[in-house]
Amino acid sequence: MTTAPTIPASVAVDGRSNLRAAPMIAVRGLKKRIGPQDILRGVDLSVAAGETLVIIGRSGGGKTVLLKNLIGLMQPNEGEIWIDGQSIIGLGERQLEAIRRKVGILFQGGALFDSMTVEENIAFPLREAGERDGRVIERKIAEMLEVIELEGQQKKMPVNLSGGMKKRVGLARAIINQPSCILYDEPTAGLDPVVSDSINRLIRRLQERYHVTSVVVTHDMKNAFHVGDRIAYLHEGRIYFHGTPAEIQASPDPLIQDFLIGRAALAD
Amino acid sequence: MVARFLTGIGGVVLAFFIYLGELVMLAAESVRSALTHRMRWRLFLRQMVDIGLLSQLVVVITGGFTGAVFAAQTYFQFNKLGVASGVGAVVSAALFRELGPVLTGLMVTGRVGAAMSAEIGTMKVTEQIDALRALAVHPVDYLVVPRMLAMMVSMPLLVAECIGFGLVAAYFVSVNLLDISGPYYVANMVRWTLMRDIIMGLTKGFCFAILIVFISCHKGLNSREGAVGVGRATTEAVVNASLAILISNFFLTMFLNVIFPAGWQ
Repeated sequence: MTTAPTIPASVAVDGRSNLRAAPMIAVRGLKKRIGPQDILRGVDLSVAAGETLVIIGRSGGGKTVLLKNLIGLMQPNEGEIWIDGQSIIGLGERQLEAIRRKVGILFQGGALFDSMTVEENIAFPLREAGERDGRVIERKIAEMLEVIELEGQQKKMPVNLSGGMKKRVGLARAIINQPSCILYDEPTAGLDPVVSDSINRLIRRLQERYHVTSVVVTHDMKNAFHVGDRIAYLHEGRIYFHGTPAEIQASPDPLIQDFLIGRAALAD
Repeated sequence: MVARFLTGIGGVVLAFFIYLGELVMLAAESVRSALTHRMRWRLFLRQMVDIGLLSQLVVVITGGFTGAVFAAQTYFQFNKLGVASGVGAVVSAALFRELGPVLTGLMVTGRVGAAMSAEIGTMKVTEQIDALRALAVHPVDYLVVPRMLAMMVSMPLLVAECIGFGLVAAYFVSVNLLDISGPYYVANMVRWTLMRDIIMGLTKGFCFAILIVFISCHKGLNSREGAVGVGRATTEAVVNASLAILISNFFLTMFLNVIFPAGWQ
């Protein structure tokens, strides 16, 4: 267990050559300011290949901003980010495309293309990657629908889907090209416990089936314990704590305990 | 007081030039993308339908009634001078050089520019554009380039259609309602309508297409703050594109008149 805002000793982040050998994602000294507000104040973290890191923290604490920085959807004010050994800082939109093909992201609301059906949404990355064989596309759509347990729903429009279904379709779209890393933004937010549990099981199943590196941003502790290999607590723009689920549960830190049990007094 | 006033003026001027710069950057990125990246033909055809095919009714009604009323007004004045058969020539020159392209531009701005801005703006605020970017698809390639090319093809055709229906309506009103001699009307119209008038009208249509598409797409891509932001972006897109058409029309007229002077020389 570590309580300082530093990255794990096992991960070298002080040189690009070291990074190539170790983590899938490495972040050092990440700072992001939006307007007058400092959202991220120096985030350090790393995620090893095949590992699932869960980032927890209070709503509005910068978790989504951190996730969007990881894939270049936002540019940090300071700091460094490496994906699969390559620094993404300073890369233009076109140069980031190669990185983004390695990383899938599930947006909080699904972010489905509302002019397309479920199957068109799922097939979108395939078609954009140049796949023209209708049979291959159909087979992959069927495979994805089976993974997300939405067989028979392929002709529906996003407007006719529930929140949980949208997230599943968004997830299928994110993984159909088999990225080596998946980022999840609040995968269970706003869902009832049963649907949340099905999403948790789906994330676990993807980890077991495709061995992808995952970063899950959530404030749902059940979700965090269910899917996480390690948990990092983002507090006041920094990683306040990181460790295994068992370590965080055993932590005597009152701030951590207040967050885990949802007690307002000290967390405020 | 004076310093605050000057700062305010400076801020507005600076914002205007930043806006112009962003439009030019978007246009440059779109042209570069069109030349160097693969074309999405399906999206292009869909935009051709949205912009070209579905604007037919608006353009036909605009052209037809503009031609009709312009013919009537011209007749009321010319008839007093005994040159009523010259109505066709005046209506034709006005439709080709000014009314056709400007009115088509304004109608397409209201119908298509607003829709472009609202659709792209909604995609922006619902993270669909972030989803495109995350899926390694550049929003300019996917959203702007097909619209740009469809507008460039559609607008000159719509302008031609607007002018055509305007001429037909003007002929119908002049010959059937106002008792102008049909052969004289047509002879004068043909005599005074030159190839350079046609080129000028279509050139203006092409230029207005570029203004509409980039102003509308830029507003959509920069939408913020949910539904209110999308509404504001849509309004601004229509207002800005309409003003840009009217202002640029004056400069285009002055410039193109040097190349394609009006009337016989």
